[in-house]
Amino acid sequence: MGMNGGNDLQLVNLTKKYGGTLAVDKIDYHFKAGTYVCLLGPSGCGKSSTLRMIAGHESVTDGSIVLAGSDVTHLPPAKRGTAMMFQNYALFPHLSVRDNVAFSLQMKGVDKATRDAKSNELLELVDMTSFADRLPAQLSGGQQQRVALARALITQPKVLLLDEPLSALDPFLRIRMRAELKKLQRELGITFIHVTHGQDEALALGDELVVMNNAVIEQAGSARDVWSAPKTEFVARFMGGHNVISLDGGKAALRADDVSLGDQGLNATVTTVEYQGGNVAVTARIEAGEEVLALVPEAAFFQFPKNPGDTVNLAWDEGRLHRLQ
Amino acid sequence: MGKSRDSIAYFQAAPLMAVLLAFLVVPIGMIFVVSFWGATEFSIYPAFQLDNYAFLFSSPVTYKVFFATFKYAFITWVFTLSIGFTVAYFLAFHVRSQSMQTALFLLCTIPFLTSNIIRMISWIPFLGRNGIANQTLISWGVIDEPLEWLLYSDFSVILAFVHLYTLFMVVPIFNTMMRIDKSLVEAAYDNGASGLQTLWHVIVPLTKPGIMIGTIFVVTLVMGDFITVRFMSGSQKANVGRLISNDIALLQYPSAAATAVVLLCTVLIVIGVLLRFVNIRKEL
Repeated sequence: MGMNGGNDLQLVNLTKKYGGTLAVDKIDYHFKAGTYVCLLGPSGCGKSSTLRMIAGHESVTDGSIVLAGSDVTHLPPAKRGTAMMFQNYALFPHLSVRDNVAFSLQMKGVDKATRDAKSNELLELVDMTSFADRLPAQLSGGQQQRVALARALITQPKVLLLDEPLSALDPFLRIRMRAELKKLQRELGITFIHVTHGQDEALALGDELVVMNNAVIEQAGSARDVWSAPKTEFVARFMGGHNVISLDGGKAALRADDVSLGDQGLNATVTTVEYQGGNVAVTARIEAGEEVLALVPEAAFFQFPKNPGDTVNLAWDEGRLHRLQ
Repeated sequence: MGKSRDSIAYFQAAPLMAVLLAFLVVPIGMIFVVSFWGATEFSIYPAFQLDNYAFLFSSPVTYKVFFATFKYAFITWVFTLSIGFTVAYFLAFHVRSQSMQTALFLLCTIPFLTSNIIRMISWIPFLGRNGIANQTLISWGVIDEPLEWLLYSDFSVILAFVHLYTLFMVVPIFNTMMRIDKSLVEAAYDNGASGLQTLWHVIVPLTKPGIMIGTIFVVTLVMGDFITVRFMSGSQKANVGRLISNDIALLQYPSAAATAVVLLCTVLIVIGVLLRFVNIRKEL
């Protein structure tokens, strides 16, 4: 489908209130066309409300949503150029896979032959052709998800909205499906906005990450920028793999894999040792009382193994400390 | 080991078996047996003869009365279904808070705290020739003369049926609707379905089992009824139930038994046909 230069999505001052509670507080964001964006944050941070407002399933309290240059804030979901994939897939249990995918065409009054042909095309895209006559209940979770994708894509959306799409799958399948999602997004070239609370998933999938907390965007940028240069303590802690250390009046983030155990450095007592395969996660309490996590390569660790209670020296390159706001 | 576990299972099921045997199978068996007995004006005698059935099937009254019974059942079904579906839909999809849902649902059941007969009879002063309905309509100038068909007519019989049995439609339909995932409605909306399209293509198909259970309730209740038809028609209309009750009043037990057997078979056939359309097993 090529480039969609004109299909940018903009949120302007977008606000959502439920009664007196502020769920989304005046957020502004520009989603560039054709990017895979992950909306990330803990539960209750406003990410789902934001997605549902973009989809049109939640009314907007204030502000606007602009897609491809036109204001879609108050349009019904099907008129926006967005399509939503629901968390539990929301497949119609009484319709066959083919009819589920063709549902939107049926609603438009497209004749059966045309919509079946179109539906088969989409099922081929998600590799589900041989299941066309089954009912959703006869499919596995991953297969249901593919059908839900096909159903959302048949409307030819400019933006596909995915509400925690992988949370219903087992861990093994989750990793496979996320590869498929990414591949599909590349092929189609449309914008995917993917809500998740898992940072692994966001890092693996997102060209761009938008981290939300307490109804506002805490940090946004490329996956690599957000992970390697967290702006706030919240982001550093939420993205994981970082230590947050108090440093003369301020706080600084330090990547756990930059901390090494050696002969010199800060005195600390090991509290936990966790074998993770490639690395060993060693948590140690320094004299100031803070816990510091060190990710030590497996081979290095087992040269001088440590146990909880042992004294170690923690060292890191001062240049790797990253000041937080 | 397997044997003893089997016998324990049979033992555990025995009380229910005994109850069903004593209060369902034996009475129906008796009715079946008596339906072949003979009767004179003043006695009944054990026999095996088909006279009762022969008379039943040769009498035009039987066909008229069966037709009336089907007519009542069908019209009552249409009204209870449309009212019941609407009420259940409102409760399940429009009332957002769960406490409100429960409160409104309980409100629906309040009339059922009084007896059937009382609810039925309370229509009589309302619908009568000089009843509240006629007086109100006359005072509004809608009519000049009291409407005669309000009471002791098919109208009043069906009105009472609908009043008595709509809840039997509301409860199973509401129950099925509550199990419909609300995100299906959003998904339909996301796919461009209008409100009516969502209702027809998503909600109605998924509510079918509830509709079917409600239908079975209403149809069996109406087809087996005799007291409503007697009271609300002022004994001017008849259905199969009344045929049986008249026979009993005249001590014509064999004839009543034969009619009962035919009615039972008819109702079972109707339910059998209904069940072919919808699989209700997952609702039970």
